[in-house]
Amino acid sequence: MLDLTTLDAKDTDGKVKQLCRKAIRPHDSLPDLPSVAAVCVYPNFVSTAKEALSGSSVKVAAVATAFPSGMSTLKVKLRETKWAVNQGADEIDMVISRGKFLAGEYDFVSDEIAAVKEECGPAHLKVILETGELSTLDNIRKASDLAMEAGADFIKTSTGKIQPAATLPVTLVMLEAIRDFYYRTGKKIGMKPAGGIATAKLALQYLVMVRETLGQEWLSPDWFRFGASVLANDLLRQIVKEQTGVYQSFDYFTKD
Amino acid sequence: MTDKTIKFEKRSASDESKAIEGVEQAKSSRLNVLKTYKIYIDGKFPRSESGRYYTLESAKGKAIANVSLCSRKDFRDAVTAARAAQLKWASATAYNRGQILYRIAEMLEARRTQFIEELVLQGSTSEAAQAEVETSIDRLVYFAGWSDKYQQIFSSVNPVASSHFNFSILEPTGVVGLLAPEENSLLGLISALAPIIVGGNSCVLLASGSKPLCSVSFAEVLNSSDVPAGVVNILTGYRKELLSHFSSHMDVNAVVYAGDSDDEFKTIQQNAVSNLKRIIRFSPKNWYSPECESPYRILDCQETKTTWHPIGN
Amino acid sequence: MKKKQKMQKKAEIKSALKINFSTDWKYDPAPESADHIKLEKKYDLFINGKFVAPKKGKYFETINPAKETKLAEVAEGTEEDIDTAVRAARSAYEKIWSKISARERGKYLFRIARIMQEKARELAVIESLDSGKPIRESKTVDIPLAAAHFFYNAGWADKLDYAFPGRKAHSIGVAGQIIPWNFPLLMAAWKIAPALAAGNTVVLKPAETTPLTALKLAEIFQQADLPPGVVNIVTGAGATGAALTRHPDIDKIAFTGSTDIGKLIMKSLVGTNKKYTLELGGKSANIIFEDAALDQAVEGIINGIFFNQGHVCCAGSRLYVQESIAKNLIRKLKDRMETLIVGDPLDKNTDIGAINSKAQLEKIQSYLTIGIEEGAQRFQPACDLPKSGYWCRPTLFTDVAQSHRIAQEEIFGPVLSVQTFRTVEEVIEKANNTPYGLAGGVWTDKGAKVFSITSQIRAGVLWANTYNKFDPTAPFGGYKESGMGREGGVHGLYPYVELAS
Repeated sequence: MLDLTTLDAKDTDGKVKQLCRKAIRPHDSLPDLPSVAAVCVYPNFVSTAKEALSGSSVKVAAVATAFPSGMSTLKVKLRETKWAVNQGADEIDMVISRGKFLAGEYDFVSDEIAAVKEECGPAHLKVILETGELSTLDNIRKASDLAMEAGADFIKTSTGKIQPAATLPVTLVMLEAIRDFYYRTGKKIGMKPAGGIATAKLALQYLVMVRETLGQEWLSPDWFRFGASVLANDLLRQIVKEQTGVYQSFDYFTKD
Repeated sequence: MTDKTIKFEKRSASDESKAIEGVEQAKSSRLNVLKTYKIYIDGKFPRSESGRYYTLESAKGKAIANVSLCSRKDFRDAVTAARAAQLKWASATAYNRGQILYRIAEMLEARRTQFIEELVLQGSTSEAAQAEVETSIDRLVYFAGWSDKYQQIFSSVNPVASSHFNFSILEPTGVVGLLAPEENSLLGLISALAPIIVGGNSCVLLASGSKPLCSVSFAEVLNSSDVPAGVVNILTGYRKELLSHFSSHMDVNAVVYAGDSDDEFKTIQQNAVSNLKRIIRFSPKNWYSPECESPYRILDCQETKTTWHPIGN
Repeated sequence: MKKKQKMQKKAEIKSALKINFSTDWKYDPAPESADHIKLEKKYDLFINGKFVAPKKGKYFETINPAKETKLAEVAEGTEEDIDTAVRAARSAYEKIWSKISARERGKYLFRIARIMQEKARELAVIESLDSGKPIRESKTVDIPLAAAHFFYNAGWADKLDYAFPGRKAHSIGVAGQIIPWNFPLLMAAWKIAPALAAGNTVVLKPAETTPLTALKLAEIFQQADLPPGVVNIVTGAGATGAALTRHPDIDKIAFTGSTDIGKLIMKSLVGTNKKYTLELGGKSANIIFEDAALDQAVEGIINGIFFNQGHVCCAGSRLYVQESIAKNLIRKLKDRMETLIVGDPLDKNTDIGAINSKAQLEKIQSYLTIGIEEGAQRFQPACDLPKSGYWCRPTLFTDVAQSHRIAQEEIFGPVLSVQTFRTVEEVIEKANNTPYGLAGGVWTDKGAKVFSITSQIRAGVLWANTYNKFDPTAPFGGYKESGMGREGGVHGLYPYVELAS
């Protein structure tokens, strides 16, 4: 249920390849561990990631639509999306136009999402609300509903570039929106909290929330993802601690 | 149908003759018009549904009035009226209630000679009667002034250890039964009644049995003072007969007992259990004493309501 | 025609939608450790600063309702023991407590509060063992609040002149206090702290099914060097409590419990000058308007009725839902109930613990049958229940009429009756249509409406967009047959003082 993420301007082909290796095989001494769900990169690294992950179950997700600010024209956003999909992205993580949303121009935001969705073709669309900029839980709920109505396959909290990123209350509001949308339409929408989830313990709290809001079926990578980079190593550390009974050091887990 | 005649023993004959003399002079050659003393329920002046009465007599055996001898059905009707009036009275603004209480004082002031005469007729000296009427008027003014203040004194904002705005305010207990004292039939009644109604309660009161005249005239004052119908209901009759109904009626929320009998109070205590009436014993030795002027008297017939609301977005 | 069929089919599919909460993602047990808990085999009465054997030598068992096992034996106080305790309290009042400075009095209370905090975990575990309440609640609500009551009232001891404008406050004397089993230590603190702060001494009678934390509190009094006799604790059942209320040298009775017993106590005080406060039963309305934040309201409803297994006098046991949102809200409520965990009170994940006693369980179960016989629809989630112990699944009744007994009578268990309403006038009328008047809840996002509704509900505590919140600074108590007098806040001192000008 993990999307391993690297979204730095200083990213290199080498770094992306390392991350992909970690995605396929998280820890050498635990060969039975499953691969992560996806690797999340900028569009220009999609082909690199695609190649590094070939033959594995790991998907490639690309951020698009002038990530992280979304401050560009629809035309540019659509071309970027199209290009990422053509490069082989299985999933597109788009950002909404928060400025327009906060200005009350909901139709604009909605139309934009619908247009990007059309451009995605077979690729899954995750819509990033950037909840840290939406200011109230009411807005977050409104944006969630709007994104789902406009065609999102997933809704996602944050870019990771803005604080606060994912929080438990924000995620609960979005999970509740997904549940109500399901009851209203019969359609299942996925959830991805991203940024700020660094420890296994916190991740567990998110999973409890998913379990108690959306039940069994959402507890799968098809419907729930963590967007995180450092969480993986803490998970590994806790797994090894469970197996050995000894508290672990980060020195024994690769930083990729 | 007359049940009993009440005579007044302790009273100076000279005061009575003075009062009568005054009346005699005024009427000169004409036959004066006597007043029928009625009761006061729901802003109207009926006689007792039972048709019963008792005759008040002066020490000389002169009949003063045929006073209504109220039945439990009169009491029931009064409670119905009081219940119907209570919420609206409670939701009047504090400012408005204060103005109305002050208006009662104004009306009483305007009719002070009548009240003095009635007190004298019922056995007061004229000095005592004057003092009683004047203190009564001033006491109404005193409680009128509390109407928009007691809430500020007794309510609170509570600094709870969580993110909530929390405050406690007073609300009236509801319908209050008042058993007025036998002596100081005007001052005692007003001292006990004013804190009840200024706090937004409605009231059914039983006047002094031996000295009921002022209470009936006071009803006329209330009637011309913008006090909404049903807020105050005034019955006359025998306390022994009505006591158990006052204290056992399930739609009465509190009973204020201003008499001086331990046995009567015990009966009230017993009957009050049925619906957990608040029972207040207010029997000061001296109705002119400072303890009769206190906002804590208002508090006797108030409930505290605490409201919580989260602070957040 | 085709369109109609399509619509029908769509509606069918939608109504069949159900979130699946029976998952293979199970929670592991997460028990709170009970290793460090020190319990004696046998507890005597706490009189005059010492634990003394009851005069008649009788003891009764207090059991763990989650396991039906004995926790300890506890002395059964009789009339003679009550008399000894009252004498001790009178003597302590006259010789010590009314003589020492108010500031010193306050300092004792501060000291007690601190020791309670130091022993918080131990007290929480014992509370959950003895009462069956979830450890999450005893740890986060009961024990911290109990200590907070001592802290809050401690500061009043030397400031009483500011509490009653224009008047001087004097202590009354000896207070007899009788407390219930739903919040054993919290109720003890709630009663003892203001009594002591105002300068009175106390004889306390804890509930017979939950005496242990009060006895641990006695140990704390010893450790705090509270002068002997200032607080005396006499355990026992109803007869012990009756002896306390009857005792001629008691000046004030404070009782928390059922309305029936409250009336018996009021009756026993007829002809005396004893002051009294009563905190009694309730059947509180929790009202959900269509403009409420529904998911928040669901949490509030759950907390309102299932907190402490519904053994809460102010529980929001009558739910009124505005028609237009009723279907949606009840579905949300049922979904939420599916995820409640019923079981071991000491497990940190437990939402609903054990019913306090067998007798209480039988009472609740009788209402579960009555509800169905009256024609209401019963819903219970399919949660697992432990084999031994007293348990009740969280229960929801729909199709309830105002006249149903489950909508009129206090059940004191995890049972919620739901009615719908259309207009504001209608719901106010229904909410107030009860002899009780303890509490109420209102859920709406409209500020003006909040205050309009809360001011129209005839009850002592109103929660708007929240429920079951308590604080030592916030007065608590009922209108009508839910009691008289307030506890908590400055108003809570009033019943413990005599005012002079």
